[in-house]
Amino acid sequence: MLDLTYELPKPKVIAGAKHDWELVIGMEVHAQVSSNAKLFSGASTKFGAEPNSNVAFVDAAMPGMLPVINEYCVEQAVRTGLGLKAEINLWSAFDRKNYFYPDLPQGYQISQLYHPIVGEGEVLVELGDGTARLVRVERIHMEQDAGKSIHDMDPNMSFVDLNRTGVCLMEIVSRPDIRGPEEAAAYIAKLRQIMQYLGTCDGNMQNGNLRADVNVSICRPGQYEKYQETGDFSHLGTRCEIKNMNSMRFIQQAIEVEARRQIAIVEAGGTVDQETRLYDPDKGETRSMRSKEEAHDYRYFPDPDLLPLEIEQAWVDDIAANLPELPDEKKARFINDFGLSDYDASVLTADVESAAFFEETAKGRSGKLAANWVINELFGRLKKEDHSITESPVSPAQLGGIIDLISSDAISGKIAKDLFEIVYTEGGDPAQIVEERGMKQVTDTGAIEAALDEIIAANPAQVEKAKVNPKLAGWFVGQVMKATGGKANPKAVNELVAKKLGE
Amino acid sequence: MSIDQSTAAKVAKLARIKVEEDALPALADEFNTILGFIEQLNEVDVEGVEPMTSVTPQRLKRRVDEVTDGNQQDKILANAPDAREGFFAVPKVVE
Repeated sequence: MLDLTYELPKPKVIAGAKHDWELVIGMEVHAQVSSNAKLFSGASTKFGAEPNSNVAFVDAAMPGMLPVINEYCVEQAVRTGLGLKAEINLWSAFDRKNYFYPDLPQGYQISQLYHPIVGEGEVLVELGDGTARLVRVERIHMEQDAGKSIHDMDPNMSFVDLNRTGVCLMEIVSRPDIRGPEEAAAYIAKLRQIMQYLGTCDGNMQNGNLRADVNVSICRPGQYEKYQETGDFSHLGTRCEIKNMNSMRFIQQAIEVEARRQIAIVEAGGTVDQETRLYDPDKGETRSMRSKEEAHDYRYFPDPDLLPLEIEQAWVDDIAANLPELPDEKKARFINDFGLSDYDASVLTADVESAAFFEETAKGRSGKLAANWVINELFGRLKKEDHSITESPVSPAQLGGIIDLISSDAISGKIAKDLFEIVYTEGGDPAQIVEERGMKQVTDTGAIEAALDEIIAANPAQVEKAKVNPKLAGWFVGQVMKATGGKANPKAVNELVAKKLGE
Repeated sequence: MSIDQSTAAKVAKLARIKVEEDALPALADEFNTILGFIEQLNEVDVEGVEPMTSVTPQRLKRRVDEVTDGNQQDKILANAPDAREGFFAVPKVVE
């Protein structure tokens, strides 16, 4: 594998009234596991169903109902761990996190506080400017999602839908390695990309299938390095946790706003209270969420309904052996095998479908040319109509056909774009279209010469000017291209024009 | 460790159990009796002994990833004090 090396990005610096400040960010990302059924019941996980229709008695916490774990959810968590190069714990266990909320009928969430299934891993976060940071993952544990409360359907009541209750979440906990709002967004984007490659989470933030709690603190420049050397958190500021955000944009805004709030407090001589806060995008502020005395008093204890989860190394090895190629490896291979730039390789490996489309198109062809056509023409055209790559009316074989026609000099670049538009809107075999509609490039110098002679004869004044100022030769090239309907080989035209005008 | 009345009140509050002021001393006493028993257990040296999680050796039972349950909105909502349009209706809770 090609080793991609990157410079470290500079941490974000915010200028306060008195000093410069840096940010320290750690994230807890909640990713909904892609599965048919819930973590401990046989109810469906399907989004958008009638309220309370995807609910088993276990999910509704009816007395006497017992949880039975969905083995596939365990497999998905293990797969995610392997994708983040993390250690897999063959022995893990479930605990109860106790709190009361109407959308949590059990009165506790089944989670894995003490013995998570996945231990330390890492995520390479590229910032797109040639810099990247390796963010350490502390752990991943499985837990139940809560239900959904709707507060705006009635002035006095909240409405509760338990369809989501008990769906399996992976909580992916990072170390405080993230140093700015952009890095935070890039970290989530990379996690999402990896999980989409793995098929363990669809990453749909709008539906709430990927959400993040963000821990933000501030410190003076130099303090973070002291923390890194010693592992001593006292070098850093007190952190606040901004809860439950499901938009990249809001996450970035919230971090910036929260950092500025903390800076203002500290510079005024105050101290930051460790607390949970909510971001209000309308007001552009964070506000305290829970009364302090009750915060984090979850009285965790091992869930007596569930035996410890023991898995076998052979099973883990089997999952590892069947992992798909991951984004970092795919990108490195694209750079290596197809000679692509870092940027093009990043764009093409952003999702599995785009990468597969490109690879199919580039097979046996120039990788760079294929990349140009996929990124500039196809992606551009798809974007115009808000279509995804899977909805492309042009197949890799068709796009490859166009590229072949360019490579063999059968059509000019300009005609190729027209041809692409025809294939995109009407379909058909590119070679056949070129043949039928007479789009072939004219390389026959006799025909080009005839057209040029005509133009020269009709424009004696232009010819005189061009002889004095050779830059005007371009005008003749343009005229010939126009006269031949863009089909003349530009190189042949250039040569002929230079020759004729030089006479 | 001993439980005083204010700790007893706090635990009751976290468990959403209403305890009248005059019942707190007795409650705190009961807690202390329980904790006393636990402390007695703590005297046993269990260094190096793996916690026992079941009486007979058992593996955590698994289910396959199939939808086998649900589609019973009426049953789920049957005992709800208030339900509207397929939802549980509860007194307003907003953070």
